[in-house]
Amino acid sequence: MQVLKKIGLGLAGMLASLSAFADYAWNFPLPATPMALDTLHVHNKFMTITGIIFIVVLAIMIYAIFAHRKSKNFKPVTDKAPSTAVEIFWTLIPFVILLLIDFVIMGIPAYHSVVMMEDTRDKANMVIKITGSQWRWQYEYMDGDAQGIKFVSTLATPKEQTDKGYKGVKNENYLLEVDNHLVLPVGAKVRVLMTATDVLHNWWVPQFGSSRVAVPGFIRETWVQVERPGTYRGQCKELCGKGHGYMPVVVDALPVAEYKVWVAAKKEELAKAAAGADKEWTKDDLIANGKVVYEKNCAVCHQANGAGLPPAFPALTGSKIANGPIFGADGKYLKDGHLDRVLNGVRVMPSWKALLNDTEIASVITYERNGLGNSVGDVLQPAQVKAARQ
Amino acid sequence: MSTTTVAHHEEHAEHPTGIMRWLTTTNHKDIGTMYLTFSLIMFLVGGSMILAIRAELFQPGLQLLNPEFFNQLIGVHALIMIFAALMPAATGFANWMIPLQIGAPDMALPRLNNWGFWLLPPSAILLTLPFTLALFGIGDGAMATGWTFYPPLSVQGGIGVDFAIFAVHLLGISSVLGSINIIVTLFNMRAPGMTLMKMPMFAWGWLITAFLLIATIPVLAGAVTMLLTDRHFGTHFFDAAGGGDPIMFQHLFWFFGHPEVYILLLPVWGFIPQILETFSRKPMYGYKAQVYSLWAIGALAVVVWAHHFFTAGMPVPALLYFMYSTMAISLPLAVLFFCWIKTMWKGSMSFETPMLFAVGWIILFGIGGLTGLVLADVAADAQYHNSYFVVAHFHYTLFAGGIMGIMAGTYYWLPKMTGNMYSEKLGKLHFWLTAISFNLTFIPQFFLGLAGMPRRIPDYALQFAEFNMISSIAAFVLGFSQLLFVYNIISCARGGKKATDQVWEGAKGLEWTLPSPPPYHSFTEQPIVK
Repeated sequence: MQVLKKIGLGLAGMLASLSAFADYAWNFPLPATPMALDTLHVHNKFMTITGIIFIVVLAIMIYAIFAHRKSKNFKPVTDKAPSTAVEIFWTLIPFVILLLIDFVIMGIPAYHSVVMMEDTRDKANMVIKITGSQWRWQYEYMDGDAQGIKFVSTLATPKEQTDKGYKGVKNENYLLEVDNHLVLPVGAKVRVLMTATDVLHNWWVPQFGSSRVAVPGFIRETWVQVERPGTYRGQCKELCGKGHGYMPVVVDALPVAEYKVWVAAKKEELAKAAAGADKEWTKDDLIANGKVVYEKNCAVCHQANGAGLPPAFPALTGSKIANGPIFGADGKYLKDGHLDRVLNGVRVMPSWKALLNDTEIASVITYERNGLGNSVGDVLQPAQVKAARQ
Repeated sequence: MSTTTVAHHEEHAEHPTGIMRWLTTTNHKDIGTMYLTFSLIMFLVGGSMILAIRAELFQPGLQLLNPEFFNQLIGVHALIMIFAALMPAATGFANWMIPLQIGAPDMALPRLNNWGFWLLPPSAILLTLPFTLALFGIGDGAMATGWTFYPPLSVQGGIGVDFAIFAVHLLGISSVLGSINIIVTLFNMRAPGMTLMKMPMFAWGWLITAFLLIATIPVLAGAVTMLLTDRHFGTHFFDAAGGGDPIMFQHLFWFFGHPEVYILLLPVWGFIPQILETFSRKPMYGYKAQVYSLWAIGALAVVVWAHHFFTAGMPVPALLYFMYSTMAISLPLAVLFFCWIKTMWKGSMSFETPMLFAVGWIILFGIGGLTGLVLADVAADAQYHNSYFVVAHFHYTLFAGGIMGIMAGTYYWLPKMTGNMYSEKLGKLHFWLTAISFNLTFIPQFFLGLAGMPRRIPDYALQFAEFNMISSIAAFVLGFSQLLFVYNIISCARGGKKATDQVWEGAKGLEWTLPSPPPYHSFTEQPIVK
């Protein structure tokens, strides 16, 4: 009796905790694109069909388990070796049922879904390019008003929250927040070109229903057409190294008018940043700016204090490269020098050429040479980086 | 289990004692015992790795593991469970039972058999050594690419990848040797009168497995060798900069990887019907239909590989082909399920531990199969792919369909192998704990996947917290329940109620005509099958 009581209490507890799950997701999140809606329908339909098959088969089996037991003295039927014709007839029944489900009930809608999913070009209103890198996304608008807008989107959750052993309060969108959101106009069919610079990544927003692997050296395509304004969050879903869990996707879908305002503002902001490359910067400004860039992009491997994580990620404090010369006697940057390493990368170190602008590269290099326990004393100007790119 | 066969001193049974017995043995029962023991040990090793992962995933935030170490554990967990736990378990049963079931005195190639086993411990060491080396500052730990080795990540990785590549080479050689041995044994050493279509179903399952292994392991070996040369010798098989293609690796890998699923499952599909007929006291239904279905699945297994990476991008006709061919696997599988249940129907069932596992296996493997059918749909797969939905799905096929099947087989044959009965009470407790905690571990993962949690992440957003917590708690119950299994096996090997020759009331077949345990050399006189 005591045992029964305990079980009863346990069950009651479980039921009570179930109500806490009332607002919990038991299915795909609310679809925001035609593709996600289609996926949800397909999923619901197939789950219902397979659920019915499962329950029917289970019911037959459970009936047999209870009825045809030795403990109930049920005598086994002495199947005469079933005649081949009977055997073929019986075994064909499940075969035919599945044939119908696979290739008619499920197969035909599946065909239409595939065709729709892969049709990236028909009636596309705009094109964007998404580039995955360890561990950030770069967005580039390829045509229309927004043509030329290009920026990098990195995790915005404060580092101390993602550190090991953090016990405090976490942000509401912990691990699903970025500094620069991708902004798309509501209702437009956006053709998405996908590539990567280092390893495989996969750009995935569950509410969009589309997911495509970004392959370095190749362009893959998909499309999204967001139908409701809002903020949508997702994540990289192809294992891409130690920062795989830390490269979220955030998309803002804006009504067309607001989108146009955003485009204009973003263009102005980018023009201002580009202008910064031509002016002479003071050492202190570069170091201050460099610290921000460093902590956002470099600290994940080289650590905030420059100690690195040897042997995979070397220390910058006291490093030969960060304390060695940048330029050779001919005025060109040295191979395997500090600027070369940041611009072009080597092995696990990514190439930052396409990810950071001139000011950011100049700042971060100046910071690394005059902070993190190093004191080389020199300054790298954005104009020098700009020249080095040519 | 080492004491099981020592007690019997028939003539011609002299053999070295102590460690030399096990190093030099060519006896199929000794080698089978070693395979099974190795598999059990590696099952616990792989299991403790995943418990570390589940402990980390217990709540959001990083608590115990660094992301690098986390990534190493997930990949090595999978490699160990697949190559060092499940496959050796199936091979162990093959070694023990195939000669007994077909009335042969031993395997056809006994020395090859010995070598096949002794390749395994070194490869297990190769897999796990980088963890230890990293502690001494050599390298940066084991491979951190997941078990799939996808380049360019694996080209970027440290020495752990090289270790894993060589481990896979050794494991592959071992599997191919084992397969050759089984094929030769089955084709040449069946008792007079046992035609192919009278072979026990377990032998059939293994015959097809062996062909699949020989067809696909060389492709895997080639793919990882290409990876090795990409890493060290400047080739560009998988690097677009040199005209290669990273997705090419996925094609090669899954050309092996998909049949591998059936390699793990076909031996189980072989002996589960035998367990069902024993405990239903009624011959299995549709023997021929089952054999043909196994062949159909074996054939389909090698032509559906690309459904593992629909999202990597491929032409529409390819998507459609791989989708429909994958769905076609459900046709022979439906026939198998029908035959299994029809075997139970109107039998006179009793529910000893092997039968409990077999029935639980049908239900849980059914969930794995049905979710697999849904995954075949390209459109829905874009959502499921690499999410926890997939993790849950393949644990229903590989833990429930694979490991719980192996457990059914263990309880079924343990009395035959040791001569003693195991504790039925503990066995039943083990079953219920395993079945319940397994479901509580993986059902929440279906919902996690649907809600949008990707797999292989060390930390997750707050909305995934509750399901992960349930899953982690249940995983620990599941893990620790397996100690009952280990205890039950060890105490059964050491003694207990003596088993009869037939062991189970309804057991039919040549292995049950021998004493329990069978003599060191069995069938010195060939049995005749009518």
